[in-house]
Amino acid sequence: MTNFSRRNFLKAVGIGGAATVAGFGCAPNGRATASRNGHVVVVGGGSGGATAAKYLKRFSPDMDVTLIEPTATYHTCYGSNWVLGGHAQMDDIAQTYDALQSRHGVKVVQDSVTAIDPARRTVRTAGGETISYDRLVMSPGIDFRYDAVPGITEADSGRIPHAWKAGEQTVILRRQLEAMPDGGVFVMVAPGNPFRCPPGPYERASMVAHYFKQAKPRSKIIILDNKENFSKQGLFMAGWEQHYGDMIEWVPSSRGGQVEEIDAANLTAISDGGFNEFKADVLNYVPPQTAGKIAMDTGLAGDGFWCPVNQMTFESTIHPGIYVIGDSSVAGAMPKSGHSANNQAKVAAAAIIRELAGLDPVEPSTANTCYSLITPDHAISVAAVYAYKDGTMAGVEGAGGVSPADAPASVRQMEAVYTKGWYDGITADIWG
Amino acid sequence: MKCSRTLAAGIAVSMMALTYVPQAAADTTRGELLTSSCFACHSIDGTGNMPNLVGYPRDLLISQMKAFKDGSRVGTIMNRLARGYTEEEIVLMGDYFAKIQ
Ligand SMILES: Cc1cc2nc3c(=O)[nH]c(=O)nc-3n(C[C@H](O)[C@H](O)[C@H](O)COP(=O)(O)OP(=O)(O)OC[C@H]3O[C@@H](n4cnc5c(N)ncnc54)[C@H](O)[C@@H]3O)c2cc1C
Repeated sequence: MTNFSRRNFLKAVGIGGAATVAGFGCAPNGRATASRNGHVVVVGGGSGGATAAKYLKRFSPDMDVTLIEPTATYHTCYGSNWVLGGHAQMDDIAQTYDALQSRHGVKVVQDSVTAIDPARRTVRTAGGETISYDRLVMSPGIDFRYDAVPGITEADSGRIPHAWKAGEQTVILRRQLEAMPDGGVFVMVAPGNPFRCPPGPYERASMVAHYFKQAKPRSKIIILDNKENFSKQGLFMAGWEQHYGDMIEWVPSSRGGQVEEIDAANLTAISDGGFNEFKADVLNYVPPQTAGKIAMDTGLAGDGFWCPVNQMTFESTIHPGIYVIGDSSVAGAMPKSGHSANNQAKVAAAAIIRELAGLDPVEPSTANTCYSLITPDHAISVAAVYAYKDGTMAGVEGAGGVSPADAPASVRQMEAVYTKGWYDGITADIWG
Repeated sequence: MKCSRTLAAGIAVSMMALTYVPQAAADTTRGELLTSSCFACHSIDGTGNMPNLVGYPRDLLISQMKAFKDGSRVGTIMNRLARGYTEEEIVLMGDYFAKIQ
């Protein structure tokens, strides 16, 4: 009997799991009850967590699922570079939790998790609640290592935004770009690997260039990079030359791109022992990153910065019963992307349901695609399919890769159309 | 909302009696997991501009995935993705897409 026919069976006898419980005037609340299928708590309602909550209910409608997320409105990082480019608004990248609650029966708690007790299987929230779980899914995203470079702290992020979590930070950076005079210099400091969204800094440079080209064409963009090469490099650089001439300058680590100090008061990045100084009109410092703070505090990263998991299931190798997905996890060859987080969430959801039913996990299969806009009508993509091999999620050989280097403008335009479609599709899959 | 432990337990028991299904029904099959990956772009409710594959004819899905895989049908990204799946996996996808509504 498949899940599909089971759902029809439940419908036929008029029982809808949690919906029935709600019908008795009692919320599907895991705090007071444990349903036959168990109670799963999900920490974080971003790309990974919201998908996990939704697919736990989709795969197993009578499971109790509680999602804990502090914000009522989540702004996606995807599309946030389009806001910087001036052709999307903050409202266009805003997502809410209404459908997860009303359509999918997820209990959404607007609160923040402050502590997790893996032995007792409880989480504590800032609102003072203690919630117990049978299984926990953690998708808290990233945190920043402001201690990596002297001269700047998190307190400077109001003046020197990272804009690597979307929301207020995106708005600050956009305002600074708008206020910058023509002929100004935008300096972005890009982190070394691994970090959230490998093509992100280069799409950002493209979108800022798109804005400058129209509004302040004498301006300059400098990317100070803590690495020697980057995602879709050939395609980005060809696109930059085609559309923006020499407006964008990319500086690899070996040629002064490795920032060693920041003079925050003077918006200046310093490298090569003080030999190079890059003075900015707008400085966008994207610090190196770690797993989300609550994952670090729970010890899920061990001595490292990211959380090791059994990549067959995404269960922590440090704390059994806790599944870590998304940017916080170590996921083999999968990049830290929204698409990866979405796919990992489905693997974890299936593994949890099977485990609670006493079954072995099925072989996971995941994919990733990252579209990047170089102009609103010129997009490039990278894609891959991943399978579990020798203990890690590895790219399937012969598959995947980047858009062809010699594609005509019509293909770039088609990919730009699909970039938008991807956004609409994946946000519907996560929050719709 | 307050929810008493005994009431909840009572409901859980009566649900169990009404809807008892063998444990194996709580599985999520490989075909279901494999195909769920596609929903990231080919959204299940038809949002976006990628073709909607819910209820898609099984044999057509299989033939098109094979055509993307061997290059006889040219797409922007689907050739790169289709090459990541075995024939057996493509059949599982075809079965699953055809079945869901
Ligand atoms: C500029 C930029 C562009 C990008 N473009 C793309 C793209 O085109 N395609 C793509 O696939 N990816 C893209 N990404 C990457 C993508 O945004 C992330 O990889 C993805 O969101 C990671 O998902 P996550 O669930 O791990 O974390 P997030 O989506 O960040 O979600 C984490 C959630 O956890 C919550 N949280 C944190 N701590 C707690 C706590 N203690 N208690 C409760 N909740 C908590 C947060 O509020 C947040 O909602 C981009 C990123 C950037 C920065």
